[in-house]
Amino acid sequence: MKIAAFVKQIPDQAAPQALDPDSFRLVRSGKMIIDDSDSYGVEVSLQLAEKLGAEVVVVSMAPGQETSGVRTALAMGAASAIVVSDDQLAGADALLTARVLAQAVSRTGADLVVAATESTDGYTGTVPAQVAALLGWPALTFAKELEVDGSTVRIKRQTEDGFDEVEAELPAVVSVTAGSVVPRYPSFKGIMGAKSKPVELLSLADLGVAAEVGERVLGVRDAEARAAGEVFEDDGTAEERIVAFLDEIKVL
Amino acid sequence: MEGTVAGARRSLEELFALDQLLSSEELEIAAVVRRWVEEAVKPSVAEWFESGELPARELALELGKLGVMGMHLDGYGCAGLGAVAYGLACLELEAGDSGIRSLVSVQGSLAMKAIHAFGSEEQRQQWLPPMAAGEAIGCFGLTEPDFGSNPAGLRTVARRSGGDWILNGSKMWITNGHIADVAVVWARTEDGIKGFVVPAGTKGFVASPIHHKLSLRASATSELVFEDLRLPADATLPGGIGMRAPLTCLGEARFGIAFGALGAARDCLRTAIDYSTTRIQFDRPIGGFQLTQKKLAEMALEWGKGMLLAIHLGRTKERGQVLAEQVSAAKMNSTQTSLEIARECRAILGANGISLEYPVARHMVNLESVYTYEGTYEMHTLVLGRALTGLAAFT
Repeated sequence: MKIAAFVKQIPDQAAPQALDPDSFRLVRSGKMIIDDSDSYGVEVSLQLAEKLGAEVVVVSMAPGQETSGVRTALAMGAASAIVVSDDQLAGADALLTARVLAQAVSRTGADLVVAATESTDGYTGTVPAQVAALLGWPALTFAKELEVDGSTVRIKRQTEDGFDEVEAELPAVVSVTAGSVVPRYPSFKGIMGAKSKPVELLSLADLGVAAEVGERVLGVRDAEARAAGEVFEDDGTAEERIVAFLDEIKVL
Repeated sequence: MEGTVAGARRSLEELFALDQLLSSEELEIAAVVRRWVEEAVKPSVAEWFESGELPARELALELGKLGVMGMHLDGYGCAGLGAVAYGLACLELEAGDSGIRSLVSVQGSLAMKAIHAFGSEEQRQQWLPPMAAGEAIGCFGLTEPDFGSNPAGLRTVARRSGGDWILNGSKMWITNGHIADVAVVWARTEDGIKGFVVPAGTKGFVASPIHHKLSLRASATSELVFEDLRLPADATLPGGIGMRAPLTCLGEARFGIAFGALGAARDCLRTAIDYSTTRIQFDRPIGGFQLTQKKLAEMALEWGKGMLLAIHLGRTKERGQVLAEQVSAAKMNSTQTSLEIARECRAILGANGISLEYPVARHMVNLESVYTYEGTYEMHTLVLGRALTGLAAFT
């Protein structure tokens, strides 16, 4: 069995971030790292692979043949990686991203895709379901727990009232929530070993995917500054006013 | 022009293009240690510092699992990495706290290095794998109450008794001392100074914590006392004879400090930069004032120069060409620079600077120790003076 773990490589969130004023795109010139939310997906994949004796292949789409975040996943224990990189992918929307990733998954021969629910820089949250639709596989989303029993994949999805238990037959796409597991630290031996693991670099032509982008960003505005709360001196009516306020926002 | 957005902020590393000097594996190793420090050290370190208690056992096990312990040594479960990778790990650890880096320095550069370089094959087999795994903690006893900068005068003595050795004396300011499973102890014998491997719990060996410290409070610092401590003949380090042996180990630790201290400085500097952009006085962020910018710019310069020197020293060491004087120069520079940065950052944070809510004062008082241990600033000054003139100001 083969598990494809999606890894997005994003600018280091610890470094100052900026949007390009012309394209409205995130500036991606600095250091790139594995998206923290994907490290959960990789950990879930590795734990499952260790249990089933399966293999984890990392699938990533990134500008400039970037592999540093993918290397982290390899250092954690993934066996190999596919990185799709093409200048024509600059400004790719979620759907094009999903088409690229779905095509890459087909090349790996994976039976199961594990992805984070959303990326930390884009937050569209649509890619896992789009990939599933493109592949014609069931999508099991927002999994907090994941198990595979024979050809059945089963997840638990946290809801306000408890858990949804969802199952499907493989092949399938599962999106996992952050906090579902504790991502392991790559050991130094893992880091050194990742150097020699195979990373296949592909272009759009290699995949046979056309660079069609249907989405355009028309503008970007700063979020409205949060208004300061109301401050008043207690003149003996504070209790009444607080109760009235809570009543107004309907929390009582 | 993605790279040249007007007014884009730059990180300290970007200002000096430091990443270009490092391999992807080195960057990855630094990132892993940084993440561990963020998750395992930073949330609790102020509390450890305030209470003066460190969960050293747990931390040692986690560090062992990562591969940090003795990471620059070869074989025996050690990761066998290069000097720069080791330096970067020290830097990231010290960005958490100098006490955590001290734990690792003493384990890897002093205790493990002594056994690795000067021990018998049996000693290596017995001690290095558990020490690399963080299951066993080591300490290194050279400094004595009356012999700091002048270790060659040490008074701890080992005399022969039949086939055994009897050890008497005391050691002071020993990091990891009372939590250690094994101590490497240097003592005077009739054949000169020798190193001994002393398991904790041996009768006549007492290790007590030193209290009332105002620095390195998140670190175990101890006094060791040996009273008619009997050791078998094979407790000596066969290769560890004369002052050259312990000084070799100290050179390794100093190298780690040349990087490590700059980690504490980086944490201070990042904190001060963040603070200066959010702290509003006179209706604007204090980072917008020229006085603050001058401070930040000058500190960044000193930090960057220190990093360039440290990385250059690391590459020189990796080629096997490093001179003791070069290590002295970098240790001097990094500790002095970092201490000054910490003090200046404290001033930028104003009253908040003295609080344990921020890391700055903690780093500042820690760096007072780092400035002094593994060769004081003054001794390294004399080492450089001797190198430049050929005249020794000390013997």
